[in-house]
Amino acid sequence: MKFTFSWLQDHLEPTASFDAIVERLSLIGLEVEGVEDKARQLAPFVVGEVLTAEKHPNADKLKVCTVSIGKGEPIQVVCGAPNARAGLKTVFAAPGTVIPTSGLELKIGKIRDVESRGMLCSARELGLSEEHDGILELPEDATPGAPFAEVLGLNDPVVEIAVTPNRADCLGVAGVARDLAAAGLGELMAPKVKPVDGTFPAPLGVTLEFGESSSLCPAFALRVVKGVKNGPSPQWMQDRLRAIGLRPINALVDVTNFMTFDRNRPLHVFDLAKVKGNLVVRRGRPGETLKALDGKTYALDETMCVIADENGVESLAGIMGGEASGCDETTTNVVIESALWDAITIAQTGRKLSINSDARFRFERGVDPAFTLPGLELATHLIQEICGGEASEVVLAGVIPDTTRTIPFPLSEVKRLAGLEASEQEVRDVLEALGFAISGAAPVLEVVPPSWRGDIEGKADLVEEVVRILGLDRVPATELPRGEDARKAVLTPLQLRSRKARRALAARGMVEAVTWSFVSQEAARLFGGGASELALSNPIAAELSDMRPSLLPGLIKAAGTNAARGFADVALFEVGQIFLDDTPTGQRQAATGLRRGTAKPSGAGRHWSGTAGAVDVFDAKADATAALAACGAPVANLQVTTDAPGWYHPGRSGTLRLGSNAMAHFGEIHPAVLEALDVSGPLVAFEIILDKIPEPKAKATRVKPSLDLSAFQAVKRDFAFVVGREVAAADILKAAQGADKKLVTAVGLFDLYEGKGIDPDKKSVAVEVTLQPRERTLTDKEIEEVAGRIVAEVTKKTGATLRA
Amino acid sequence: MSDTDVTDQSAIADLEQDIASAIMRAEDEASLEEVRIAALGKKGSVSELLKSLGAMSPDERKVMGPAINGLRDRVTGLITHRRSALKTKALEARLATEKVDVTLPVREAAAETGRVHPIAQVMEELTAIFADMGFSVAEGPDIEDDFHNFTALNFPPGHPAREMHDTFFLPPGADGQRKVLRTHTSPVQVRTMQTKTPPIRVICPGRTYRCDSDQTHTPMFHQVEGLVIDKGAHLGHLKWILEEFCKSFFEVEGVKMRFRPSFFPFTEPSMEVDIQCDRSRPGEIRFGEGSDWLEILGCGMVHPNVLRNCGLDPDEYQGFAWGMGIDRIAMLKYGMSDLRAFFEADVRWLSHYGFRPLDFPTLAGGLSA
Repeated sequence: MKFTFSWLQDHLEPTASFDAIVERLSLIGLEVEGVEDKARQLAPFVVGEVLTAEKHPNADKLKVCTVSIGKGEPIQVVCGAPNARAGLKTVFAAPGTVIPTSGLELKIGKIRDVESRGMLCSARELGLSEEHDGILELPEDATPGAPFAEVLGLNDPVVEIAVTPNRADCLGVAGVARDLAAAGLGELMAPKVKPVDGTFPAPLGVTLEFGESSSLCPAFALRVVKGVKNGPSPQWMQDRLRAIGLRPINALVDVTNFMTFDRNRPLHVFDLAKVKGNLVVRRGRPGETLKALDGKTYALDETMCVIADENGVESLAGIMGGEASGCDETTTNVVIESALWDAITIAQTGRKLSINSDARFRFERGVDPAFTLPGLELATHLIQEICGGEASEVVLAGVIPDTTRTIPFPLSEVKRLAGLEASEQEVRDVLEALGFAISGAAPVLEVVPPSWRGDIEGKADLVEEVVRILGLDRVPATELPRGEDARKAVLTPLQLRSRKARRALAARGMVEAVTWSFVSQEAARLFGGGASELALSNPIAAELSDMRPSLLPGLIKAAGTNAARGFADVALFEVGQIFLDDTPTGQRQAATGLRRGTAKPSGAGRHWSGTAGAVDVFDAKADATAALAACGAPVANLQVTTDAPGWYHPGRSGTLRLGSNAMAHFGEIHPAVLEALDVSGPLVAFEIILDKIPEPKAKATRVKPSLDLSAFQAVKRDFAFVVGREVAAADILKAAQGADKKLVTAVGLFDLYEGKGIDPDKKSVAVEVTLQPRERTLTDKEIEEVAGRIVAEVTKKTGATLRA
Repeated sequence: MSDTDVTDQSAIADLEQDIASAIMRAEDEASLEEVRIAALGKKGSVSELLKSLGAMSPDERKVMGPAINGLRDRVTGLITHRRSALKTKALEARLATEKVDVTLPVREAAAETGRVHPIAQVMEELTAIFADMGFSVAEGPDIEDDFHNFTALNFPPGHPAREMHDTFFLPPGADGQRKVLRTHTSPVQVRTMQTKTPPIRVICPGRTYRCDSDQTHTPMFHQVEGLVIDKGAHLGHLKWILEEFCKSFFEVEGVKMRFRPSFFPFTEPSMEVDIQCDRSRPGEIRFGEGSDWLEILGCGMVHPNVLRNCGLDPDEYQGFAWGMGIDRIAMLKYGMSDLRAFFEADVRWLSHYGFRPLDFPTLAGGLSA
């Protein structure tokens, strides 16, 4: 919403400076988005009178001028403008002035050996227009030395404010003035609008025809002014419309635009000569179209509200008029429409047809219903003033709704909600200045909001009015003590795990990414997703269409993008949400990572100390295990099974689980999946579902289990087993461990061999078993006995034989 | 003194000289050992002389004893000394050959190359600040229903404010209702109020979505909201909390704030908050100084309709809420210029703007120290 300072002064007699008003606007809720003050920008530019203009001795197209600026000696300026001539009043800029369009600072210079001490300016150089055929020509009565902006009437600063959706009343200058007056920045001038007595019955009527369906038009008023002479509107009106970025069209149309911005009262004018029969306000019909004033043709339907005559639809109600019945210079009899429309219909229609008109903007936010008729009268006055003519009687269809409601307002609410001490008088003064009617007395006032404040529902709204006008800076910052509660965890176990997984993975050299929560449908399908309930109805792009079933597609794509940039060895991870269905429980928290190329945990790429090999499934397993451990998962008890989902390599992947609870998968990504995503490997990854990690048991104390140190030295024994190649290493370790659960405290696997000397379908697995005696040192005999049991157990469970 | 004495004495002197020069000639410990054996071994020259003492008369022994023993002691001393010298020399020689180029680069530790995303880091900073003021962290689903995202928050159907949210929709379910991707984290406030009994103090960080994409908007971004519901929690408390937050977060002594009335359907009164800043240095914003204002958040008293919709009596309970963009405050604090880069997973950007894994934000450490 834009307005000029002089326009504001139609409604407000300011008692504060322009700058003070601008500053205060933001503080009462009308946020200033910009101020354009040509007078300030152009202050160094003054009226200069060309005294003499002689041909330049060394250049045909240049002139040497002497210029008077009212004081001091005449100034010599070299000028190339064809219209530079003696007696011309134009714009002069002295050395030191910065030219707004070029940003260059003027200097005293010599042009072809003749000194020039300043510049005579064109409109383009001042950023006023594209005109550059010559220097500006000012009126003859302009006073040399006077600020030039004043001479051209540019000294009316334009203010742009952002009006929040609840403050439709401030979409008119009069409403802004009311707020400023309430804030003590001036006197509100609000003369009553005198009705114009109609001298004849309106030659056309209007009916509201909604049949059984709900009415989309509470009230529609019209009147005809006959014998008008339409033409350009007066200069003051044109200046104002131009200042706020509107194009003056003709007086009748300009009056409607002026009323829109002056009073938040959008109107429409029809040329009576182009209207056939009476007007009907009704729903649109499928198949109907309207060529609107913007020159475009719109298809209408029954959700929209239209104004029609016997020729068909003439106007899209409350949004935009039709071209066929519009007013132009030939209009002599004009129909003025002032109506109320259903805000939701206006919003939906405008959205459906993508029309963003000033009328739509206002009607969907709410205009003052009580001003429907006064607005019509005011427009009549303006039209008669500018175009002459004779006004008909007013026709009103429907009923102007009565919005009167009373809100009981305990004065204590101001302190209760805002923490602000305000006296009863202050509260009354603010509300009354804003147009609220007050009855009753402390402690509870009875407050009736004005008709233009449809947004006021209850006492909280009244508190806002009081506080914003008295000033939010009057509310004292008040400490909110943290209370008696003991300090305890503020994070849920899941939040804590997300954090721990993140730090653990970053500590393994991985870099955290945040990728989109949506992926392409194809990618979603590759990772077990793609259900229709998780596909966006209005995706922003095809590759961002489905809620992700896994963090992997985003990360794999990112690895590909980085590789394309020359960063082939990346280790990326993300901790974030995945979606199994569209319910709150279908959202899971995952910690997922990948390594590509040679991005090993020990470092990537070539190095003199040892060049990193390709990443492998064990890197991914180590990452998953580290993150699980950091999250408190019972890592030592997890089983590893070979049933990872289909997007992993079937022979080089695994699942980490506790019984039926599969917490994590890891492995090489399936080559076909990589191909589908157009990313090359080697690429290994893991996925942990953090929700699946069992929550630790609540403990009464934080005491750690007591430390049990044996006084006797541990004994280590090595065993080399030959087993079938298909035997899982974990089974050998488990069997060795199980041979004597008390004595065997650790089993390590230190060598794995397949090849020469071993049957082709067998492998050699060497383990180191640690025996920790508790009561006394083990004798050789006892050690041998345990070793025998270990071999027996491993043999029994895995079919292994001790390697010779 | 007899001639024999003289002869024996001079023989000892000669022997000593011979041994001494042999010791000095020994260039390594092995040859020194040979010299030692030749002199002091079982059949060594000095040992033989010592043995000869037994055959001497007491008088002779009186003279020769000290002479021979002296010889032995001096030879032993010389050998010890020489051995030590040779050992030092040998060590020096070995060390001289063991030189490596210590300027060779070592591999960087994994904990040095890993990074935590700025959004995660800033979320942890926020948590640290608000946890200290007694807030806990609440979360909710990204896929929301219309009630939690809009209706409960006092967005009536058809209200223009709904349109301002550029909502992503999912297909209608069996009940005909379209689910939405939450356009703000406010539904978490609703869920919190529905399930918890006041007093409530939570912050709700999380992902939010709007179908909008340009230089400064991404279809996904992050918000954090705060909510306090209590008897008597008012605007003054909100002001205090936000002032404390800004000082802590931007790590400045003080920061002037400007509260401007504004509008949100779910708060009444509503405000936007600007903070004092200095933008006079190119490409850098400093907070807590200067005369510029920068908008950083929206806030207000929870609307009575919202309290009612969540099952709370607005005459008994009241409270306030605020919300801001996590990405945005991260950009302001750490100086990233392009929001889109947050989500592009470019390792160059992540390595530069990300945080080291062991740099946990703590209040004790000044958050970003």
